[in-house]
Amino acid sequence: MRVALFTTCLVDGMFPSVGRATVRLLERLGHEVVVPAAQVCCGQMHVNTGYLADALPVVRNHVRAFDSVDVIVAPSGSCVGSVRHQQAMVAEHGGDTVLAADARSLAGRTYELTELIVDVLGLEDVGAWYPHRVTYHPTCHSLRMLRVGDRPLTLLRNVEDIDLVELPQAESCCGFGGTFALKNHAVSSAMLEDKVRNIQSTGASVCTAGDSSCLMHIGGGLSRLQTGARAVHLAEVLAGTRAEPWEVGS
Amino acid sequence: MTRPVFLGIPTASVGVGNLRGERPFPAAATDALDDTQLRRNLGRATATIREKRARVVAEVDDWQELRDAGASIKDDVLANLDRYLVQLEEQVTAHGGTVHWARDAAEANSIVTRLVTATGAAEVVKVKSMATQEIGLNEALEAAGISAWETDLAELIVQLGHDKPSHILVPAIHRNRTEIRDIFVREMSGVGRAAPDGLTDDPAALAEAARLHLREKFLRATVAISGANFAVAETGTLAVVESEGNGRMCLTLPDTLITVMGIEKLVPTWTDLEVYLQLLPRSSTGERMNPYTSMWTGVTPGDGPQDFHLVLLDNGRTATLADADGRAALRCIRCSACLNVCPVYERVGGHAYGSVYPGPIGAVLSPQLTGVADNPSLPFASTLCGACYDVCPVEIDIPTMLVHLRSKVVESKAGGVPTPEAAAMRSASWVMSDSRRWRAALLGSRSGRLMARDDRIRVKLPFLSRWTASRDLPAPPKQSFRSWWASR
Repeated sequence: MRVALFTTCLVDGMFPSVGRATVRLLERLGHEVVVPAAQVCCGQMHVNTGYLADALPVVRNHVRAFDSVDVIVAPSGSCVGSVRHQQAMVAEHGGDTVLAADARSLAGRTYELTELIVDVLGLEDVGAWYPHRVTYHPTCHSLRMLRVGDRPLTLLRNVEDIDLVELPQAESCCGFGGTFALKNHAVSSAMLEDKVRNIQSTGASVCTAGDSSCLMHIGGGLSRLQTGARAVHLAEVLAGTRAEPWEVGS
Repeated sequence: MTRPVFLGIPTASVGVGNLRGERPFPAAATDALDDTQLRRNLGRATATIREKRARVVAEVDDWQELRDAGASIKDDVLANLDRYLVQLEEQVTAHGGTVHWARDAAEANSIVTRLVTATGAAEVVKVKSMATQEIGLNEALEAAGISAWETDLAELIVQLGHDKPSHILVPAIHRNRTEIRDIFVREMSGVGRAAPDGLTDDPAALAEAARLHLREKFLRATVAISGANFAVAETGTLAVVESEGNGRMCLTLPDTLITVMGIEKLVPTWTDLEVYLQLLPRSSTGERMNPYTSMWTGVTPGDGPQDFHLVLLDNGRTATLADADGRAALRCIRCSACLNVCPVYERVGGHAYGSVYPGPIGAVLSPQLTGVADNPSLPFASTLCGACYDVCPVEIDIPTMLVHLRSKVVESKAGGVPTPEAAAMRSASWVMSDSRRWRAALLGSRSGRLMARDDRIRVKLPFLSRWTASRDLPAPPKQSFRSWWASR
């Protein structure tokens, strides 16, 4: 299958290894990956901060960038959530009904990574090898906006040599929330503190999730408190095999 | 598409009532976080209620259908509010009650004060009521020389402690039982029967102390003031649900009963109550059935209050109704399920929101009742995690509504000199709407590596310090994804 990667701005600029892992994984499973060059960002930051008018050109660029592709995947629950639940609203707010219709069409063709693997590609085991103790944080938008359910855990359980441990209070938000982390940094940090404590209690060396934004937050806390645990995107956990292991940051 | 613009609909009274905080949410929340006792009390209490709710909701096979019904009945009420309100007025009047219409808090307070004064009473007993907290009725009555005694146990704790409610359902959730004992011992004797000697913090002993203190007031009072959970338009029936029976004392013993009710509290028919009397107790206290459900229709000769007044309160509700993207907040039945699951509320408590309506529902309701200009920080007091929407028994999509209200806050500030945030968002929009500009920006961002040590940015930068105060930030990578892809 030909799959277009919606890299997301955060992965493109800050966490390119997540994009590379997604490419490695999909190609390893026998699919062709294309990366439309015109893409940048879905507009979520602008929308969630209240800047709908400024989000409009960002949304327009995104929708146009993926006009000609049939299946799109992003390694982010929250960016896919924005494509599905916000872009058409932004277009309508800006009075662009044509863009709104195109955004709705794009929303129907865009999948979060685990949705694509389980629902579209029909796989529950991607043949990955990851010999670490791992705990999984279901990010809020994957969990409650996209309802990815147990797809990520199903994929993780089938990873060879993984020691998957349950995260206490897993469904509680890590406190990131985009600009919330800056506007309400004290509350955000208090939430992060509890998340980090729960991760530590599992003894895991890796906390994984489907969103680089939440992982940036959690990883920032794990690093600052020198816990020794790291935040690693799900794509990087699923990318490697015993024959060809995935090095984090590779 | 042009959106309808509504002009001239009044919002909640300024300078009266309790919908506006003195400080922005982030500042008040930061102080609340420093109170470790508060965080312990809240964490324990919300976790307990959350688990109880989840358990009793899971028992109901048709919970989703009940939620759908709860939402659509309220939407019908809101779409036909003009008709239902008049119907209610006709029914209440036909059954011997008197209906008063109050545009805002100030008007409602003056109506109630006038009614109480006319009876000659110098004190009233009160049923727990959000509407009267919203309008600051106790303060208005006090200014007129009338003492208002809260009779709900938790409201009594709040009143005796010269405190404010911090939760819709459990207004003293921020207090533990030792604090409550101390408040009873210190304060009860000043306003009535003193706390028994040697009072301990045993819950049964505390309840008994409150019972003795309140009983005296129930037996003496000639006027009671209540709110209402529901009003049935077709019959003119008012309903109050509570757990203690103290509300029922107020609703049945005094000669005069004055009920203050927001205009959105209607249901069309008697049978509609069936839906809410299932949704409300399970969502709020985690109980299968509500312990005390009191209903009355006008006046019944020889039984209960012989003089009944219903004050219908707007106070920003019509203005809220006018906003197609915000009006669903008026479906709210004040169950507090959203507070109990909210990770922000759980850590800072209700006072930080500055309004009697705290938590997620408060963050969407308060700014609408007052207009967003008066509560501009509340729509941002959320990570948009969505836990509130999942538990809402009337399916209020709070996260989407928060985003809508954020845009109204931003629009309300547009026009003058752009704020630093607005300028940053504008330039980010310019960069992120064109991949060539984005590519150039990525090349520039690599200068961030200069500040990094071990690939983590730890130095303090003015604009980033709110992040780096408690978290590390990874240094920008040597190569962006798109540059790697191009070179592949």
